[in-house]
Amino acid sequence: MSENMSKRTYEPRIIGFLCNWCSYAGADLAGASRLKYPPNLKIIRVPCSGRVSPELVIRAFREGADGVMVLGCHIGDCHYSTGNHRTARRMPVLKALLAFTGIEPERFLAKWVSASEGELLAETVGKFTETLRHLPPLQEVLEQGAGDPP
Amino acid sequence: MMDVGRHPNITLLTYSEVEEISGYVGNFTVRVRKRARSVDEEKCTGCGTCEEKCPRRVVDQVFEVGMGKRKAIYRPFAQAVPPLPVIDRDNCLFFTKGRCKLCEKVCPTGAIDYTQEDTILEIEVGNVILATGYDPFDARRISQYGYGLYPNVFTSLEVERMLSGSGPTGGRVLLRDGETEPQSVGIIHCVGSRDENYNPYCSKVCCMYSLKLAHLVHGKTDARMYEFYIDMRTAGKAYEEFYKRLQKEKVTFINGRPSEILPQDGKLVIHVEDKTLGRQIRVPVDMAILSVGLEPRHDAQEVAHMFGISCDADGWFKEKHPKLDPVATLTDGVFIAGCAQGPRDIPDSVAQGAAAAARVLSFIRQGEVEVEAATAVVNEMMCVGCGQCVQACPYAAIEFLEDARVARVVEALCKGCGTCAGACPSKAITLRHFTDRQLIAEMLGAINVMEEIVAV
Repeated sequence: MSENMSKRTYEPRIIGFLCNWCSYAGADLAGASRLKYPPNLKIIRVPCSGRVSPELVIRAFREGADGVMVLGCHIGDCHYSTGNHRTARRMPVLKALLAFTGIEPERFLAKWVSASEGELLAETVGKFTETLRHLPPLQEVLEQGAGDPP
Repeated sequence: MMDVGRHPNITLLTYSEVEEISGYVGNFTVRVRKRARSVDEEKCTGCGTCEEKCPRRVVDQVFEVGMGKRKAIYRPFAQAVPPLPVIDRDNCLFFTKGRCKLCEKVCPTGAIDYTQEDTILEIEVGNVILATGYDPFDARRISQYGYGLYPNVFTSLEVERMLSGSGPTGGRVLLRDGETEPQSVGIIHCVGSRDENYNPYCSKVCCMYSLKLAHLVHGKTDARMYEFYIDMRTAGKAYEEFYKRLQKEKVTFINGRPSEILPQDGKLVIHVEDKTLGRQIRVPVDMAILSVGLEPRHDAQEVAHMFGISCDADGWFKEKHPKLDPVATLTDGVFIAGCAQGPRDIPDSVAQGAAAAARVLSFIRQGEVEVEAATAVVNEMMCVGCGQCVQACPYAAIEFLEDARVARVVEALCKGCGTCAGACPSKAITLRHFTDRQLIAEMLGAINVMEEIVAV
């Protein structure tokens, strides 16, 4: 199966929810600094990582994303003071629940990237894309696993 | 301070405490508990006769740091504004034993009122400035310096009181026996500051006040002075010049943080590694002065919570932006000034106080506030009243309507972060311009675009 996979050309599709003040600005910086990162990431700007409800992440997977990222400000740097505290508590729970739904938890990444960390952003996206490349497309996983009991 | 007390537009509420605050910028309601001082403020002229005649003497732990006494009816210190005394009910003979009432007899205006009770005031204000100051570091916490154990280890505040002409020793610097002047004095910097075990930050003011103490103590006693410092931080106008001046006086500067103080032959021996010499030395002194650092007020967290602001990692009130907006907070209409925000000296505190006042005045002058365009909004038909959003909001901008059992967003307070929308289990609360529908549509578009890329 995995041999099959590696032979096929497969580009994972990644949806990233980036907070406006830190991570989105970090992505901007990555661009301005001419840093290269895979084009597999499509960024959706949110005011704060706290805006991202678990349902939105699940919805992204359902609509065909192979991986989802939620990036926000470092704890203590949140533009909205404590918005990302919610993210910090919400996302690990979601990650734990993903396995239950048959989605590999590695397909989901929550991380802090500040506005000055363009390099970290590029690196994170690169690594995440690489991780996803080693996994089969999500659609296949879900079709296959549909009959199995959890 | 007198000017503040006399200003027609300023109402001073001393001996009072804020118990609750509600509302938002321009419309705060503050509930203040005005404690019973047992003295009628209208009648009292501040003549001080009651204080003079009161027979009960109590050790003053606050202003005299335990070195002097005050009466049971007293003013916190001679220059207190307003100059009204208060009866310390725990020590007053009338309140404890039921007799005396001498102050009532001697008061020329009949201002003493033993039946006075706490009053609750509801005040409407538009803006709030928090200038609650700091607590000095408790030197007992560093046991190796032996404060409280060895009598001749003093804190900087104790020496400060001794240097005052109206202080407990009448301006003389004396050892704990109350008679002997010290021949040699060691001043230890950074007690409780720049120390990973206590507070990692620099308290900023200690270097300068330590230099001042060295100058004054030397001037009064002609003692040999030693300053033990890690780095001499004399940044500020004319501060470095003062340091240079002290170097020419009879002060020895030793670069190193003392490891401990031990008593030996009636003296205190300060053990320290002199970084310049690169070796351990022992300095015998008669008196050791601990330059204690500044700490956030013990109740800073509760106050911050009450006013809807936050504290930083060290516990100081957090400003909106450390460089560009140092007196504003993330809650509109709540400003901070002075040491409540972090350690700072008098000129900085004065500047910050004026800055905070100016910010408030500009708000008042504008007469209106700008609100975010992208605020959250509750669909009351869908809201189940679980209160999740109320808890999630970093700005306390969501109120819960008890009668209708639904949440409502106060738009003047909402900053549009959307944390509530992320938390709402019934999707009743949405953030304008970042609704679920909009985000999902964006997501679908993005995935479709990628489909094309992947297909190629």
